[in-house]
Amino acid sequence: MTQLALVIDLNTCVGCHACVTSCKEWNTSGQAGPMVDKNPYAAEPTGTFFNRVQSFEVGTFPNTQTVHFPKSCLHCEDPPCVPVCPTGASYKRPEDGIVLVDYDKCIGCEYCSWACPYGAREIDEQQKVMKKCTLCVDRLYDESLPEAERKPVCVLSCPTSARIYGDIHDPESEASKAISDAGGYQLMPEWGTAPANHYLPRRKVSIAIHEEDLQRVDNPLRKEDRGPRKPTTRTTLDDSTSW
Amino acid sequence: MKPAISVILLTTLIGTGQGLFLAFYSAEWFVLLGILRPPLNDYSGHAAALSVLLLALGLVASFFHLGHPERAWRAAAMWRSSWLSREVIALPAAMLLILGYVLLKLSAMDSIVLVLGESIPISISTVVGFGAVLAICALFVCTAMIYACLKFLRQWHSPLTVLNFLLMGCASGFTLASALASYSQDGRFAYFVGMAIFLTLAALIFRFATLLRNKGLRSPSSLQSAIGVHHPTIRQIAQGAMGGSFNTRAFIHSYGASVVRLARRGFLVLGFVIPLLLLQISDESSTLICSLAFALQYLGLLAERWYFFIEAEHPQNLYYQMIS
Repeated sequence: MTQLALVIDLNTCVGCHACVTSCKEWNTSGQAGPMVDKNPYAAEPTGTFFNRVQSFEVGTFPNTQTVHFPKSCLHCEDPPCVPVCPTGASYKRPEDGIVLVDYDKCIGCEYCSWACPYGAREIDEQQKVMKKCTLCVDRLYDESLPEAERKPVCVLSCPTSARIYGDIHDPESEASKAISDAGGYQLMPEWGTAPANHYLPRRKVSIAIHEEDLQRVDNPLRKEDRGPRKPTTRTTLDDSTSW
Repeated sequence: MKPAISVILLTTLIGTGQGLFLAFYSAEWFVLLGILRPPLNDYSGHAAALSVLLLALGLVASFFHLGHPERAWRAAAMWRSSWLSREVIALPAAMLLILGYVLLKLSAMDSIVLVLGESIPISISTVVGFGAVLAICALFVCTAMIYACLKFLRQWHSPLTVLNFLLMGCASGFTLASALASYSQDGRFAYFVGMAIFLTLAALIFRFATLLRNKGLRSPSSLQSAIGVHHPTIRQIAQGAMGGSFNTRAFIHSYGASVVRLARRGFLVLGFVIPLLLLQISDESSTLICSLAFALQYLGLLAERWYFFIEAEHPQNLYYQMIS
């Protein structure tokens, strides 16, 4: 069974919000109707977003790291928001595991938002229906798009390639390999929701290299001083020949 | 959680309505069995009509919670998985059955269909009323399970939630029944008031037990597990939205600890202690005292339901440590 998901590399995310703005741009222009903005140019700007980047400072000054944390629907494999929906507007697609909301069936009771421990759902103040990340389901199978662009728009817009898209049930996919190679983990695993989206942890980005790591002290070439010939100052054939 | 006013009204109003019907229907059986003396004028049809009215008011209040009330009928679809959907079925079912009971009682259509044993005549209204009792019990369970089934809202995820909804609904219903019986000079007053005292006391005990249980609860989630960074010191510096978001508006309340404490003490005193004292000193002629007991108890239960929301800590709040 396919389970499409995002793998987000916290090690490379720089918190630029390109995924946030491109997500808003793509999804507000779609056939599902706009994602409302309230007071966009006033004191308390707010609105509907499928994806947000939060920032956390880890450690105590001066030994701190800033972790930028993109947060969207995790498309759980056992989504607690789906069975509680009284109308069946919330559903998980069996064919690719994407959790979606049918905006025509949603009555806006907000019960699914109570049932989501991640706070991934929000009500659209204008349309009065529950909205959340669709994994850009309207791009993934759109054959009018070049094949390379049939991906969530946040993945395409990420300047540091911190977002990897793929089928996490396919062990050969880029996403699965990233999870297994870089220690991908799920958020709040204690609730048993099995989020499909994974995060890659921060890693050490510097290593100490000593002289002897680069050049063996017992290097026989060095020992007998028979290194490559030193550059000469005389003109060589290369200098005098016209190619 | 931030208290949702329409849901507070819905759960308290239908709880009282259900308790009121149970009070009069159970009294009817005790009369049939010869344990209680029948009232001089049978007003149980009117009392049941009041019960339908309370359920209807609750239903109206619930519509204000919806973004699309015109699509509310769709909510009956997922009864296999959703307790909310089951409530959406149980509430109209209970209303219809109680309404049937009311119509039978108030019209001349009610007649005896069978005689139990030698001397217990069962009329159609009694049969329909029994159906209403089943629907009411189902409704109590559905309403409470909406909250109790959410496993990571640990303050709600307990059988105590179901028991509390049942006991508080019945307590307020029997208190209202006492006031009605006192007004109608009904001989069954002692039964109503005795049951009201018993149920209010039981509700107090289990609500207090719930408070104690919730005081010791520790969430298995933390900011560390929420973002997957295992460092003891993490400080949020940005929430991803400057002017707040649905997440901050719907889940995070801004009431101070003193307001919350006042609500807790207030609902314990108003909802349980004062009604207990008033019911204890009331007699058949003290309509005013019983009415006051009901009014204060209902106010107290409104405060209780408000506190019920405040008490629940949603794990999503971990992602919203500060406004930025």
